[in-house]
Amino acid sequence: MSGGADPRDRRAFLGKAAVAGGGLWLALTLPACGRRRAADAPPVAAGAAAAEGNAPAQLNAWLRIAPDDSITVIVDRSEMGQGVYTALPMLLAEELAVDLAQVRIEAAPVGDAYVNPGNGGQITGTSNSVQDAWEKLRMAGARARMLLIAAAAQRWRVEADTCRAERGRVFDAQGRSAPYGALCQLAATLPMPAVVKLKAAQDFRLIGRPQPRLDTPEKVDGSARFGIDVRLPGMLYAAMAQSPVLGGRPAAVDFSAAQRLPGVRRVLQASGGVVVIADHFHQALMARNALRITWDPGPNQHLDDAAIGALLARAEKADAGLVARAVGDTAAALRAGGHTRSAVYQVPLLAHATMEPMNCTADVTATGCDLYVGTQVQRVAQQVAARAAGLPEERVRVHTTLLGGGFGRRLDVDFIPAAVEASKAMGAPVQLLWTREDDMTHDTYRPPARLALSAAQGDDGRPHAFAMHIVSPSVTARMFPPVKGVDDGVVEYAINFPYAVPNTRLTYTRQEIGIDCGYLRSVSHAPNCFAIECFMDELAIGAGQDPLAFRLGLLEHKPRHAEVLRAAASRAGWGHAPPGHFLGIALMEGYSTHIAQVAEISVDGGRLKVHRITCVVDCGQQVNPRIVESQIEGGIVFGLTAALWGEINLRGGVVRQRNFDGYRVLRFNELPVLDIKVLDSRETPGGIGEAAVPLVAPALCNAIQAATGKRLRTLPLAAAKWLAV
Amino acid sequence: MQKLKINDRELEVEAEPETPLLWVLRDHLGMTGTKYGCGMALCGACTVHVDGAPTRSCVTPLSAVAGKAITTIEGLSPDRSHVVQRAWMELDVPQCGYCQSGQIMSAAALLNANPRPSDADIDAAMSGNLCRCGTYPRIRRAIHRAVQLLHGGSES
Repeated sequence: MSGGADPRDRRAFLGKAAVAGGGLWLALTLPACGRRRAADAPPVAAGAAAAEGNAPAQLNAWLRIAPDDSITVIVDRSEMGQGVYTALPMLLAEELAVDLAQVRIEAAPVGDAYVNPGNGGQITGTSNSVQDAWEKLRMAGARARMLLIAAAAQRWRVEADTCRAERGRVFDAQGRSAPYGALCQLAATLPMPAVVKLKAAQDFRLIGRPQPRLDTPEKVDGSARFGIDVRLPGMLYAAMAQSPVLGGRPAAVDFSAAQRLPGVRRVLQASGGVVVIADHFHQALMARNALRITWDPGPNQHLDDAAIGALLARAEKADAGLVARAVGDTAAALRAGGHTRSAVYQVPLLAHATMEPMNCTADVTATGCDLYVGTQVQRVAQQVAARAAGLPEERVRVHTTLLGGGFGRRLDVDFIPAAVEASKAMGAPVQLLWTREDDMTHDTYRPPARLALSAAQGDDGRPHAFAMHIVSPSVTARMFPPVKGVDDGVVEYAINFPYAVPNTRLTYTRQEIGIDCGYLRSVSHAPNCFAIECFMDELAIGAGQDPLAFRLGLLEHKPRHAEVLRAAASRAGWGHAPPGHFLGIALMEGYSTHIAQVAEISVDGGRLKVHRITCVVDCGQQVNPRIVESQIEGGIVFGLTAALWGEINLRGGVVRQRNFDGYRVLRFNELPVLDIKVLDSRETPGGIGEAAVPLVAPALCNAIQAATGKRLRTLPLAAAKWLAV
Repeated sequence: MQKLKINDRELEVEAEPETPLLWVLRDHLGMTGTKYGCGMALCGACTVHVDGAPTRSCVTPLSAVAGKAITTIEGLSPDRSHVVQRAWMELDVPQCGYCQSGQIMSAAALLNANPRPSDADIDAAMSGNLCRCGTYPRIRRAIHRAVQLLHGGSES
């Protein structure tokens, strides 16, 4: 993802302000914010202590300390299970010297300060929420602490450096103490400290230590509020009919039968289809099912899996591709021969299948629009809602709910306009909910990819040339145009190809397939890691070498890669698999994280059983090891589902999988043993939400080759006729 | 108007008799802890207890639960004190959390029926509840922990 100005050019200024209702706001203000009129500023949240007129101070705030001692951290990333509602407050709390349990969290509104420089928008994605917040939120916490100490020193008439802060109180040398709430109003009047020194890693009290998630209690008693749970006075419910053929539109709608059904208020054509609005959702759904719609199928009525495969294959042959990375003269080195090898790998379309289907609640009035939505892109959500409502953008207030899974699906906003249009038409709040079938058949699918790899090896097996040609649609070109040169989002991992090969060449051909594709957890790391790590095994085995030793021989200048690889192999008992069991290994660098996995499998009578996945990770400094571990566990489960069964098939432009019966997801009883080790590190934090996903498929395929001698180059494994999974 | 007994309270709702219990709970009664996931009893997100038995509310019509005792996540305990909830918090099971009401209701029903389940028992009880975040390893550990708590153990 990219777009927007280079964030490094922007100067951030810290500001602070007293709030009329009392207390200290701490804000990180970007120059652009100063030009916004106060009246345009969206409120931070309902019930905020602030009064009118303080909007500029509220904008872009990170922290609010109130006289009642409450400490509220504004979190600018969406909580979709990855733990930002805990990890980001931890960063601030570490420097503010408060216990995590004292902190409440609030979802940020749309604001310039909440732009993520790592991906150019107010975006939760690319696994970099912690990387982005690492300095920013610790600085915010440290500045607030210094102001509170200065306030106490002034009140007690002592030097600030004789005071210290601990657990939400300031203490002086005489043993006097005051809680932050009693100091916040004075603190808000003091000058911002000029010099801030952050804690050294050895002084961390929170960072690096397992902390309970702040969002767990509400997730065990049903009180957590996801988008689907929004309830507003007078709210109506909507269901929607969308063209079965992707890209089609309604040609004729007969809603006479639907309109007679109980509870139905209105049937209307809206962005993306036909919307039925009723008193209750089930009534809307029954009426939706009673609509008789003639669809104009549009351009995709002949699109199927074979057509897509042929498009990609033709593009691979016809186009040399844009060069993403070239070292040495790979073409010459390949022509010069030695032992050459080529292989083509293929990955299919995938659905996100978040457990919470797409939904949006909109409340449009003459003067504004409140949007309640689980989104990963607040600013884009605001823009599309404004367009649908016919309102200026600043009149749309985005209230981010918890997300019942994101995985990249909620980077898209296709489900928002129809909800806004429905609310506007009804003059009432409307919640639009997609059914599971709507969600499965109208996803923005992970694009298919075709990956052609070639290498030349010397007599010692050492590769001296490696070429990779990626053919796939470009999600970035659809969502964040324009893309200059090669889309960063299609060459991940490959662009950081770690193995020491003197001549390497990475090329990309963009081939669209006629339907909208989207980012899915780990994005192009998955296809590229699959192809590269399988091909490395092919090269090793072709040269008669052990796949682990072969890799290590090419990683002499990559100590972090080599360490995770060696550690994973050692934990998994590389070379000592139990009888009838076989091991396969894979390596990846992505999101500034280094990771290796070993799959232990057996194939008995043609049936695959996955016994164990061993995973060793170096993700730099961990913030909350509990969450890091759960993200690795979850990433492996996600990767297993995709590797074993993940596939969306098209026939006549219609998605064939409609629910979890057709789109198989790993179940509880199918989970192998997971053995996870995270290495201690003081390096800058790397991303962890996606890193574990891509390695599962290549580790499995490499183990299957060890077990059967057969190489699988197409996912999912269930598509292989000779293997039962 | 139909009478329902939910979480030890007598309630009345007005809805078509074929309306799935899921939507009655969520939309008519505002009890949104029970989640919609698939509408076909494939994912378990909507699991509630009907006369103690784990039941997929998305395929259970209102007419089928007349006179029966329904327990939802909101009624499992007044204060998150049920052993399954305590174990879930101790191990920080949820990630996105969307499927967890259903997971917890399935686990609670298991422990009601079988206070000392084997791993195979746990597999059988929990394999109907999908989780896309992949909380399965923690769910297993948490159920074992809940068994300890149930029997008064505090050792972990």
